[in-house]
Amino acid sequence: MRPTGKGYEEFDHDAFRSLYVTPVKGGLCRTELYLEGLHCSSCVWLVERVPLLLAGVARTELDIRRARALVEWDPATVRLSAIARQLDVLGYAPHPFRGVAAESMRRTEDRAMLTRIGIAGALAGNIMLLALAQYSGWFSGMEAEYERYFRVISLLLTIPVLFGPGWLFFQGALASVRTRRLHIDLPVAIALLAGFTRGAVNTVNGSGPIYFDAVGMLVFLLLSGRFLQNRGQRAAADAAELLGSLAPAAARVVEPDGEHELPAEALLPGMVMSVRAGETFSADGEVTDGRSAVDCSLLTGEPRPEGVTVGSAVYAGTVNLTGALRVTVTRAGELSRLGALLRRMEDSARRRAPVVQLANAIAGWFVAVVLVVAVVTYVYGLRHDPARALDNAIALLVVTCPCALGLATPLAITVSIGRAARRGILIKGGDAIEALNRPGLIFLDKTGTVTEGRVRLVRWEGAEWAKPLVAALERESSHPIAIAVQQAWPAAETHAARDVQQTIGGGIEGMVDGRHVVVGSPAFVARRTSEDDRAYDDCVPDSHSRDDRAPSHPASDVRIDAFAEEGLTPVWVAVDGAVVAHAGFGDPLRTDARASIERLRALGWRVALLSGDHPAVVRTVAHQLGIDVSDAVGSASPEEKLQRVEGARIRGTVLMVGDGVNDAAAIAAATVGVGVHGGAEASMSAADVYLARPGLTPLVELVEGAHRTMLVIRNNILFSIAYNALGATLALLGLLDPLIAAVLMPISSLSVVLTSWRGRTFDAPAAPVAPVAAAAAPPASLGIPRAEPAP
Amino acid sequence: MSILYVILPVALIVVFAAVIAFVWAARRGQFDDLDTPAMRALHDDPSEAAKPKNGDDN
Repeated sequence: MRPTGKGYEEFDHDAFRSLYVTPVKGGLCRTELYLEGLHCSSCVWLVERVPLLLAGVARTELDIRRARALVEWDPATVRLSAIARQLDVLGYAPHPFRGVAAESMRRTEDRAMLTRIGIAGALAGNIMLLALAQYSGWFSGMEAEYERYFRVISLLLTIPVLFGPGWLFFQGALASVRTRRLHIDLPVAIALLAGFTRGAVNTVNGSGPIYFDAVGMLVFLLLSGRFLQNRGQRAAADAAELLGSLAPAAARVVEPDGEHELPAEALLPGMVMSVRAGETFSADGEVTDGRSAVDCSLLTGEPRPEGVTVGSAVYAGTVNLTGALRVTVTRAGELSRLGALLRRMEDSARRRAPVVQLANAIAGWFVAVVLVVAVVTYVYGLRHDPARALDNAIALLVVTCPCALGLATPLAITVSIGRAARRGILIKGGDAIEALNRPGLIFLDKTGTVTEGRVRLVRWEGAEWAKPLVAALERESSHPIAIAVQQAWPAAETHAARDVQQTIGGGIEGMVDGRHVVVGSPAFVARRTSEDDRAYDDCVPDSHSRDDRAPSHPASDVRIDAFAEEGLTPVWVAVDGAVVAHAGFGDPLRTDARASIERLRALGWRVALLSGDHPAVVRTVAHQLGIDVSDAVGSASPEEKLQRVEGARIRGTVLMVGDGVNDAAAIAAATVGVGVHGGAEASMSAADVYLARPGLTPLVELVEGAHRTMLVIRNNILFSIAYNALGATLALLGLLDPLIAAVLMPISSLSVVLTSWRGRTFDAPAAPVAPVAAAAAPPASLGIPRAEPAP
Repeated sequence: MSILYVILPVALIVVFAAVIAFVWAARRGQFDDLDTPAMRALHDDPSEAAKPKNGDDN
């Protein structure tokens, strides 16, 4: 990553200090920064050398997995902005880390869970050792004195396990009872309590089985499963959060004594911002000075820039492309259109009902069945063998403790989330995996999701010799069309353009090699060429290009229509007063789009397009992708997208796939929201799944992987139910002695662990989606290089 | 076998010490970041002169 060359003055501002900086011992200040561009161990070396490069910096400590640097410095010697600039020069653009409170909460939670697992593991291991001695004594005989001694020690070790680390399950069970929503913790708590109580009573009585080894192991295994699950989900959430810190944090405010950088949080209506070309607006406002083109893709999802002039409204998050502007702030922060949109997104995320996990759904009837069978065992036992009736019933409760059931879902989901992450699919919650198994409706955003989201030169009709002239001219501009030209013909040109003039909303013109070149919209070029009064023959250097001469106006109109039908923006090229080439610019389809959509259909999903672009363009794209035209919705505002997703949710599962802030609210409202590669930060924090690879292939992998994960979960659940049925039958018949119970339980858990690790959920796509370049993007990609640009 | 009355409590005290050590380490944040320290070990001592180096290949 190249240095951004920013000043970072906002890092020294009081508002920034009160938000992100904490004082520490010795008069030092401490803050945490997110760093971009970290990838290897030499990054750790470089970042942690900053104290040597810059006097006054006491410590920089990097956490590379979370891309976060802890910085401590002496404010009397050095400013934070200087440290930020130093990091920037090293190639790691710093951003304020905005989730300090959430992070410290998380850290405490993680440490508490680790402590629980450590205690439970150590004690359960020792209880197992003691149990082993007792079981061997069971075969070879054991003095009653020592047996009693071992039992008492086991009891003493079980008490702290159950009421320390194991307390979590009782809390869960209590909450489950209180909210009347069944949770797997309820049967777990019943089994733990029944086993422990009976074991304690039998220890005191000095006869009958004790279940302490089973209870201790249960607590340890279930806690481990839960911890793994949280970790996997967090890794994905962390990645999304990093992107969340990249929003513009500063604005340049014009004050009587000059321009100052202010944190975006400190902007107030009425302030005047100065926004240079290439910068992002930090607040909504009205242009008071200057003319420019603005990239509104954040709000509309479309890459085509809009012209603005004095009096035009501009919105936070959009990018000023071509000229310097003065903007009077009208609404800042949460009141801006972007802020309002993000608030709606959070609302709909909060309102969304959680997906009921399969394991919890099963826990309901599991409790009922186990309790009924336990009562039956007890009653049956009273008639035939009253002395052992209660022991048999309790043995049943313990052996049927849904240990494997409790592990089945978390473990399979954790393993899958980890494997998916290695394939660039970041899944934030297990809910998404379960929900993806009920095929429904997929809404795909068009721009940036099924298309590449960038303006590209798609069609060139006309003189080849004009290309170097156009390339030379367009090198002088930063308009998206010019950038597309630069990308299409990256070869170094010897030509140099002079007297270049840009007309916003029109085109560009200038002298290249002594020839007058005009590139722009058909209307602009027509106006320019009719002004020129040159000799006809002079402008055509060879016989070949004679055929490429400008057609008459009606023909030009036909061509404009033809381009429009393909969704292309027409750009005409005139050299020395005559039109010599017609270029079509557009947003080409991703090469894997069509094949991926067909695969999704085969899996039972209905695929629809939901785009903010012009309906005609959306229809064209739908046609190229084989999507029914009635399922292609255009001109959808962010609010309409949200409405449609909410409407469709009543009928079933809705998968919303998008990349922009304009999709964020819809993504948050969908059953499963998916943010795609290169998308805006808001769509990522709203999404349940983030695809870190470009294209739609990862989406297919996600759906197929979720399907395979669910198969593993179902198998696991079947396994554990089969084991429980076996155990219950033995207990019912009074054949279940403690040794068999002790062997049966770990075997069932172990088999679940094994199948979870073995399951090929996200390893490789079962049927790789082959890029069907020619078929997927018909004339769209002919002869245009498609190299991914460097990040 | 009366040695068991001595040896078992001793073993449990050792376990107790190990658990205390683990809890202390977890509370101190020793397990918060498991990736970066492994990389840090590969680097030279900070006392050596730090020469600016371009660690970026993008």
